[in-house]
Amino acid sequence: MRFGIIVFPGSNCELDCQWVLQGVLGQQADLLWHKESTLKDYDCLILPGGFAHGDYLRTGAVARFSPIMAAVEDHARRGGLVLGICNGFQILCEAGLLPGVLLRNASLNFICRQVHVRVETTQTPFTAGCTEGQVLRVPINHNEGRYYADGETVARLQGQNQIIFRYVTPAGEAAPEANPNGSLDHIAGVCNQRRNVLGLMPHPERAAEELLGSTSGLLLFESILSSGPAPSLAHG
Amino acid sequence: MIRAKVYVTLKRGVLDPQGETVKGALESLGFAGVQDVRIGKFMVISLNGVSREEAARRIEGMCKKLLANPVIEDYRFELEEG
Repeated sequence: MRFGIIVFPGSNCELDCQWVLQGVLGQQADLLWHKESTLKDYDCLILPGGFAHGDYLRTGAVARFSPIMAAVEDHARRGGLVLGICNGFQILCEAGLLPGVLLRNASLNFICRQVHVRVETTQTPFTAGCTEGQVLRVPINHNEGRYYADGETVARLQGQNQIIFRYVTPAGEAAPEANPNGSLDHIAGVCNQRRNVLGLMPHPERAAEELLGSTSGLLLFESILSSGPAPSLAHG
Repeated sequence: MIRAKVYVTLKRGVLDPQGETVKGALESLGFAGVQDVRIGKFMVISLNGVSREEAARRIEGMCKKLLANPVIEDYRFELEEG
């Protein structure tokens, strides 16, 4: 499969993503500068972590107007896969490709540590290779990770099975102490209604090799590979 | 020249941990009766060569498109001439 990793000024996880896709999984993974306005035949676009455009005003607020974002929206509209990790998730929310917003952590602390998230559904191309209820050990590394949306939106997400990851204890329970940042309903990741756009705060690319202490994150990338390219993309 | 003062504030119901922290600090400094503290953003935007009406239209557009996120924030602005 062909992956495109979007690089904004201030992105800083693009090489980690590229390493996992190319070095670990042997896929094509190109870095794409945010000024590009056309994209060629990618199956999956990744918006990596970092501080795009300095996160000035609000996280992702300026990045969402980068020239490449129109092409990302078009890719998503055609059914192509889009994965937003951490800052990438924040950008997708600002762009309206995902519902909700990521706010300052309730503790006001920048949090950088391993957490556990539960796979709430395998009904996405990103989690098809997991099992429902599976607990993944993945790191978070953020200042603004508190997921928020109004009650109606959260109810709709729940009803349509769009909440993909929740922060839990290692045993898989959504106990209060397992919620690192005050996210509403322990939400760590959501997808769009069409299920081809996923955003999550944890970093799966940093949990993809034994050397890094966990290979949980690899499951997401392997799921994408086994799901294959979207038929609706019909590359020429 | 027209100067717009833009205020962006968190919607009611959105938790503001910064405001909570500042409220706690004010209380520990002995300021009594602080009911609530909410922290927002204040921006001053100067516009040249546009009418007051046009300035209002443009600032409204800026707020809607970029300056505020309607999921969590409200905005209002004042215009000053000269």
